[in-house]
Amino acid sequence: MMGQIIFFCLFALAVVIFARNARRIYKNIKLGKAINRSDRPVERLKLMFLVAFGQKKMFKKPLPALLHLGVYVGFCIINIEMLEIVIDGLFGTHRIFSSLGSFYDGLIYAFEWLAFAVLFSCVIFLIRRNFLHIYRFSGRELKNWPKTDANLILIAEILLMTAFLFMNAADFKLQQLNHPAYHHAGAFPVSQFLLPLLPESTSILIGIERFAWWFHIIGVLAFLNYLPISKHLHIILAFPNTYFSKLEPKGKFNNMPAVTEEVKAMLDPSLPPPTGEVSRFGVKDVQDLTWKNLLDAYTCTECGRCTAACPANITGKLLSPRKIMMDTRDRLAEVGQNIAKNSAFQDDNKSLIDTYITREEIWACTTCNACVEACPVNIDPLEIIIGLRQYAVMEESQAPASINAMFGNLENNGAPWKYAQADRANWSKE
Amino acid sequence: MENQLHIPTVAEMIAKGERPDILFWVGCAGSFDERAQRITKSICKILHHVGIKYAILGTEENCTGDPAKRAGNEFLFQMQAMMNIEVLNGYEITKIVTACPHCFNTLKNEYPNLGGNFEVIHHTQLIQSLIAEGKLKPADGNEFKGKRITYHDPCYLGRANEVYEAPRQVLEVLDADLVELKRCRSNGLCCGAGGAQMFKEPEPGRKDINVERVEDVIESRATIVAAACPFCMTMLRDGVKAKEKEQEIQVLDVAEITAKANKL
Repeated sequence: MMGQIIFFCLFALAVVIFARNARRIYKNIKLGKAINRSDRPVERLKLMFLVAFGQKKMFKKPLPALLHLGVYVGFCIINIEMLEIVIDGLFGTHRIFSSLGSFYDGLIYAFEWLAFAVLFSCVIFLIRRNFLHIYRFSGRELKNWPKTDANLILIAEILLMTAFLFMNAADFKLQQLNHPAYHHAGAFPVSQFLLPLLPESTSILIGIERFAWWFHIIGVLAFLNYLPISKHLHIILAFPNTYFSKLEPKGKFNNMPAVTEEVKAMLDPSLPPPTGEVSRFGVKDVQDLTWKNLLDAYTCTECGRCTAACPANITGKLLSPRKIMMDTRDRLAEVGQNIAKNSAFQDDNKSLIDTYITREEIWACTTCNACVEACPVNIDPLEIIIGLRQYAVMEESQAPASINAMFGNLENNGAPWKYAQADRANWSKE
Repeated sequence: MENQLHIPTVAEMIAKGERPDILFWVGCAGSFDERAQRITKSICKILHHVGIKYAILGTEENCTGDPAKRAGNEFLFQMQAMMNIEVLNGYEITKIVTACPHCFNTLKNEYPNLGGNFEVIHHTQLIQSLIAEGKLKPADGNEFKGKRITYHDPCYLGRANEVYEAPRQVLEVLDADLVELKRCRSNGLCCGAGGAQMFKEPEPGRKDINVERVEDVIESRATIVAAACPFCMTMLRDGVKAKEKEQEIQVLDVAEITAKANKL
């Protein structure tokens, strides 16, 4: 009975804290500007199904994709086991689903192999991340906390799966010893190999089984609440993020409607001047981004496929699309805290541009869309970079000198170079 | 022979009471850059050869505004766009072929919302359809037969608009030894010119992007790299020069290759 009460309290606490974190993130995303991404629902569902559920873009790199698939499928399906653990915990039962008979045995059989797949993949991931020199796992933005974060997640998953397998092994051994509280249920293709490691004493076995059970469930509840402060939110946000993807060609950049009004009024003086007050052209801080840009930032799991494909980054420039996303998320979290503390945003003399992202980074982009193409969950760092450039150019007139010269040529000669408009067709007369 | 080709302007055609079936949008590079002018002329030769009624805007053409937009100057972009749209709509233009993927992308994707609705194709798509219709056929024993040729995907044709097949199909009819670069199609590596980089010095780094790309070309052991963008052309040629491979590797536009293969 005591166990049930403790379980209930822990479970309720975990759910409440998670709900609060989820609400905080939702509110932060809502700080972004409006953008319509709810058209063409069928197309969007299809895209989500292919890219998030089917992990289509992951398979551009088959080896990590297969290992990741092991973790992904394992994670999804072992959640059925979690359901059983929660029911057992709340009602004091033991393996409640075992009344399903041979179907249950089949389930446990599958879980065992999946747990092994998760364990195996995570070990390989740890080795890849820490010992093999893989380009996307290096980079200046992946030092310190982000590096620890990634390792913590992998170690947590390894510990959770180890606990799960030891729980099963102890349970199996107790079943073999015909302990009355452990009825025969399940099939243990993996954990059977752990039997020789276990003692013969039933009381110690029960201790191991109970410890592993509690460790597993507390671990999962803790992991649930670690998600919102880690890079790992993609396991949830990958789905909405792919659903709300840009459906137009990647080369199509939005035309700013506020500019259209002004330009129309400039070209045709008979039109009334635009009425709507534009607060700011381009992106200075996270509030100037769209909610989809902000959702992108929370979805990013820092895998670095974008950065490894970025022509600027791989030739040694400062720009890293992954850092753009991480900076956006970090600044957004800071702005969110600022608002929570002061009830409205108080100027903190910081901004996304300069404090987080430097001019050198934004001007190194070739707008080639390699980062957008590479992202397995359809994040668009390019849109943020262009927004920052728009702020630098239209609000501050702070473009590199040669870019300003190009603008001047465009205005005066209708070409980016210093050639006279009248000479444009000279080639056709040679 | 180049001198004999008369390239009509839309204004000239209208004055004669005629109308072009397709507008050839030359672009700034194709108009002013000496190397790109040769691509422009190759396209004209092809259009002339197949008897398409085409015209250029001549001095009435203006930059589409692409470099301004990618550099963050939305005002300048929209000014350029609206002036161009006024000219194009004034001439009731419905179909445009461009020699540059940047012009192609901007005209096709970013003009409609500002009032410019045209059917826009890139010259590799036009050439591909002419080949498919049987109007273009490489001459027997064309000079590319058996040559090792690779193709560099321009970002604004490939990833930006998912045109991957048309340029490849144009090269396939040459009976050449075609080889892909290790980073190709949606994984293609930028030449380094996009996003207005063409008009500025690169940021400090280990090497230039075009050099990185030319290393892919060298690795492919191709003797000809086909481009489909005047900016890629400049960057690849500079990269080949930087690697001192001018004797071994030639950079040619798909249109130039087609014109040569057809002995135009």
